[in-house]
Amino acid sequence: MADLIRLTDVEKSYTRGKEKIVIFDRLTMHIEAGDFVAIMGPSGSGKTTLLNLVGGTDRADKGAIEFDSARIDNLSESKLTQWRAANVGFIFQFYNLMPVLTAAQNVELPLLLTKLSGAKRRENVATALKIVGLADRAKHRPREMSGGQQQRVAIARAIVADPKLLLCDEPTGDLDRTTADEILGTLQVLNRDLGKTIIMVTHDAEAAKFAKRVLHLDKGQFDERELAA
Amino acid sequence: MNDLVLMRKNLFRKPVRTVLLVVSIFMAFLIFSVMLSFNHAITNFNALPNRMVTLNKINFTESLPIAYYDRLRQMEGVKAATHMNWFGGYYQDPVKGFLPVFAVDPETYFAVYGEDLPVTPEVRDKFFSERTAMLAAKPVADKWKWRVGQRIPMNSNIFSQANGSHTWEFTLVGVFDTPQGSSQTGSVLIHFDYFNETITFGRDRIGWIPFLTTSATVNDKVAQAIDQRFMNSQDETSTQDEAAFNKSFAAQLGNIALVVTLVVGAAFGAILLIVGTTMALAVRERTREVGVLKTLGFSSGRVLAMVLGESLLLSIFGSGLGMLGAAGLLELVKNAMAGGGPPMSFAPIVLWWGIPIAIALGLVTGLAPALGAYRLKIVDALGRR
Repeated sequence: MADLIRLTDVEKSYTRGKEKIVIFDRLTMHIEAGDFVAIMGPSGSGKTTLLNLVGGTDRADKGAIEFDSARIDNLSESKLTQWRAANVGFIFQFYNLMPVLTAAQNVELPLLLTKLSGAKRRENVATALKIVGLADRAKHRPREMSGGQQQRVAIARAIVADPKLLLCDEPTGDLDRTTADEILGTLQVLNRDLGKTIIMVTHDAEAAKFAKRVLHLDKGQFDERELAA
Repeated sequence: MNDLVLMRKNLFRKPVRTVLLVVSIFMAFLIFSVMLSFNHAITNFNALPNRMVTLNKINFTESLPIAYYDRLRQMEGVKAATHMNWFGGYYQDPVKGFLPVFAVDPETYFAVYGEDLPVTPEVRDKFFSERTAMLAAKPVADKWKWRVGQRIPMNSNIFSQANGSHTWEFTLVGVFDTPQGSSQTGSVLIHFDYFNETITFGRDRIGWIPFLTTSATVNDKVAQAIDQRFMNSQDETSTQDEAAFNKSFAAQLGNIALVVTLVVGAAFGAILLIVGTTMALAVRERTREVGVLKTLGFSSGRVLAMVLGESLLLSIFGSGLGMLGAAGLLELVKNAMAGGGPPMSFAPIVLWWGIPIAIALGLVTGLAPALGAYRLKIVDALGRR
C-alpha cells in the first residue's frame, strides 16, 4: 500500500512561560493508506500534538508533512482549512457535538462546507447515521442520548463527507468497556469495509487491540522496530 | 440546515438571556422611535414651501396689532394673507378637553390653507356667513360626538366675555378630514370677528399672520422686507417659512431634538454595553464549539460572520419589535388624542435612522466576540496540546 501520511524531520515545540518544551525533534514516520494505527504513550509524549499536525489543526516548526504525496505543512490557512474539510474526519474523547443541534444536524455540519444540495445532504446524513446504527435517533439532541450514542453521532459526523483519514483522540476514554468495544468495532468496520485510514490515540491497551498495529510514542519518538514493522 | 439556522439556534440556546437582551433592545428602540416620531410630528406639519408666518419677534405668545395684517398683505411678493389667534380652548374639562381652537378670518384663512380644508362649497359658505359658526376636524367631532348643527359651548382658559363668562357658544357647521401631516390636524376654527368683539382684553390684536408668497424663491426677500417694515416699532416681527415656524413653535416646548439625542444616546450606550458584554460572554462559553467548527473546516472568516450574524439577528429582532411597538403605541396615542395636538404617527424617518442604527448596534456589539472567535486557534479552543 502507498503511504497516505509521511512526516519527515518534523520539529515541534511549545513555549510555556520562559520554558521551551520540545515535543518532536526530527520526527520521521509514515502511515499507509488503509491502515488502522493505535498510538499509545504516556501523557506529554506528543500523541495529541501528532494528531494536530497530521490533521492540520496545528503547524510544525520545521520538517515536511505529506498527505497523499502532497505537502500540507506549507498550505495557507484557508487552503489548510479546505484540505481538512475534504480529507480528515475528527473524533474526540468528549464527542464535541453542538448541544443546540439534533443528531442529524450535527452530522450535517461538515456538509455545509460542500456544494451539495439540501436533499443530497440529508441523504448522506441518513446514510452516515445508518452506518453507525443511529438512524432512529436523527432528531434527538445530544443531551437526549447516551455517551455511546453521542460518540456514534460524532463518528457519523466524521465520515459523512467521506474523508480518507479519521483521527480519533481517545474516542473511548469517556465510555464504559462494553460501549467502548462497540465504538471500536464500528471503527474497525469503517477501516475494513470502507477503507478509511484511522489513527487512534489511546491510553487503553484493550482499545489498542482493535487496531491493525500499535505504535508507542515516548518523549517525541516512536519505537523504531514498531515503525519498521 | 444552513448557517442562519445555526445562528438562530445558538442565539436561543439560553432563551431567558436572549429574551432579556431582546427586551432591552426593544425598550431602547421603542423610546427612540416614539421620541423621534414626536419630534418629527411637531416640526413637520404639512408645510408649503411658499407659506410663511409673521409673528411677534419676542415669541408666538405675544400678539401683533391687526393693522400689521392690512399692511403686510399689500406688500410686494405676498399673494394671500390671513391672521389667527390662539383661543386657549377646551371642551368641558380644561385638561382632558384641551383643543387647538383658532379664531380666524374665514375667507382669507381658506385662501391660505384651503388645500388642507376639504369641505363642500355649502359648508364653506355656511362657515363664512354665520358669525358663531365653527368648523372642526373630524377626529375631534367624533371624539366628542358632535353633530353638525349642534350648539357647542367652548371654554377659553385665556379670554373672558364682558359678563365674566369664559364660555362661548358656537354652532358646528361642518367637519373636515385631515390627511396625514395636515396643518389642520385636530384644529377647531371659529370666527375672529365674533371672538374679537366679545373678548374683554386684547381686542384688535392678532396672534400671527400666515401668508403665501408668489413663489418660494422670494421667501427670503419678502421676510426681510416685512421685518424691516416693522423694525423699531413697538411690536417688531419675525418672519419665517412655515417649516421654520413649526420648529420654533416646537422649541417652546423645549429642545426636543436635544432631548431625543440625550435620552436615546443614553439608552443606546447602555444597550451597547449590556449586549456587547453578554455577546462576548455567550461566545466565550462556546469556545470549544468554535474550535470544533474550525476543526471541521469552517474558515475563520465564516466563524466571524456567524458570530456577527448572531448579534445582528439579535439587534434586528429587538429593534424591529421596538419600532413595531412604537408604531402601535403611537397609533393608540393618536386615537386617544382624537386629532388634537400634533399629528402623532410613526414617522418614516424612524426607519431611515433606526435600520442603520440597528445594524451598527449589531455589528459593534458582535465585533469583539467575533474577532475573538476569528483569532481563536483550534488547539487553544480544544485545549489539545
